[in-house]
Amino acid sequence: MLFTVNKSPFLFGHLDSCLQYAIKDTPILLIEDGVYAASKGTSYEKKLKEALGKFEIYALGPDLKARGIASVIDGVKIVDYAGFVDLAEKHNVAPWI
Amino acid sequence: MGVKLKFGILILEGPYQHQSSDSAYNFAIAALEKGHEVSGVFLYNDGVNNATSFGDPPQDDRNVQEKWSKLAQEKGIDIVVCIAAGKRRGLIDDNLIKGTRISGLGQLTDLAISTDRLVTFGD
Amino acid sequence: MANPEEIEESSDEIVKKMMFVMRKAPHGTINPYEGLEVMLIVAAYDQDLSAVFLDDGVYAIKKGQDPKEIGVKDFSTTFRVLPGYGIEKIYVEKESLENRGLTVEDLLLEVEVVDKSEVTKLMQEQDVLFPF
Repeated sequence: MLFTVNKSPFLFGHLDSCLQYAIKDTPILLIEDGVYAASKGTSYEKKLKEALGKFEIYALGPDLKARGIASVIDGVKIVDYAGFVDLAEKHNVAPWI
Repeated sequence: MGVKLKFGILILEGPYQHQSSDSAYNFAIAALEKGHEVSGVFLYNDGVNNATSFGDPPQDDRNVQEKWSKLAQEKGIDIVVCIAAGKRRGLIDDNLIKGTRISGLGQLTDLAISTDRLVTFGD
Repeated sequence: MANPEEIEESSDEIVKKMMFVMRKAPHGTINPYEGLEVMLIVAAYDQDLSAVFLDDGVYAIKKGQDPKEIGVKDFSTTFRVLPGYGIEKIYVEKESLENRGLTVEDLLLEVEVVDKSEVTKLMQEQDVLFPF
C-alpha cells in the first residue's frame, strides 16, 4: 500500500495520522503541501527522521521545487510524477487526504 | 518497461482552489507516457468543476478545464462528471467541456472494478 | 439508481475488495455525505465491501445530529441502511472514538471496534480504497 499525504504537518494532522496506520516498510509519498514535512530544519524534522527508520518516505520533486524547498531531510527519496506512477504501479493507493 | 496497468483517477476537488486537479493531470500524463492505460477520470464532489466550460482564467494562467478537454479528446480518455454532484453545483450538459460526459456513480464503480488501480486526488 | 441489467454486463463477475475510509467530520464539508452516496451505489454491485470510520470520520455516525438550524438535511441516520444494502463489515477505530470522548453507545449503527493495526491489516487486503 502506498500512502499519499498532501497536507502540511504544521497545520494538519494527516501525516501524524498516516504514520500511525502505516506499517513497517510502507511507502509514504508526500505531495502538494505534504512536502513541507520533508524540509530540513523544521520542528517536524525529528518526527520525520524517526519515521524514516520505519517507512520509506518519498517526496514529489516538482512540489518541492514549486515551494522552493531546496534542503530535504536525508533519507527522503525524491521522485517525479513518473516515480509516483511507478510507486502506484507497485502498490495500491491509500490517499490520506 | 514494466507491466502495463489500467489506472482509474478520482478527483474530489475543483481546479484552482486546490492543487489536486493539477496533480491528477500530471499523474495521468506521466502514466500515459510510461505506457499505462488511463481508463477513466471520474469527477466527484467539487471535482465536477474541472469540467465546466465557463472557466476563463487569465491568459498567463493555465486553463485546467481546457487541459482536461484536450486530454479527453486527444488521448480518448473517458472523463465522467457525476450527475448528482454536478447538478448540485450547476454542472449540466450545456456547460460541459468537450470530450467529457455526465453519468452516474455506477461509472465510478465500473472504473474501480475494471482498473488495476484507483488513484484519488482531493483535499 | 443504477440499472441492474447494466451492472450485470459491465462488472463481469469480478469481485473486488473495496473499503470506504471515512476520516472526515460531517457538515463542515460534504465529504461523509457524498461518501455515503457512493456507498449506496457501489452496494448495488456484487463487490466485497466494508467501511471503516476513523479520525473525525467517527463523528459522521454519531447519534443526535440535528442540522435543521444550519439549514442542512440530516443524512446521518441513512448510514443505518448500510448493512441492509450489503455493507455489513463496518469498523470503527478504537482510539479515534476514545480521543473524542465517544463510545459505541454514541454511534447510530452497529459497528465492530478495531485498533489501528487491525485497520492497517484490513486496508492492506483491499483492492480499492475510497477516501471520504
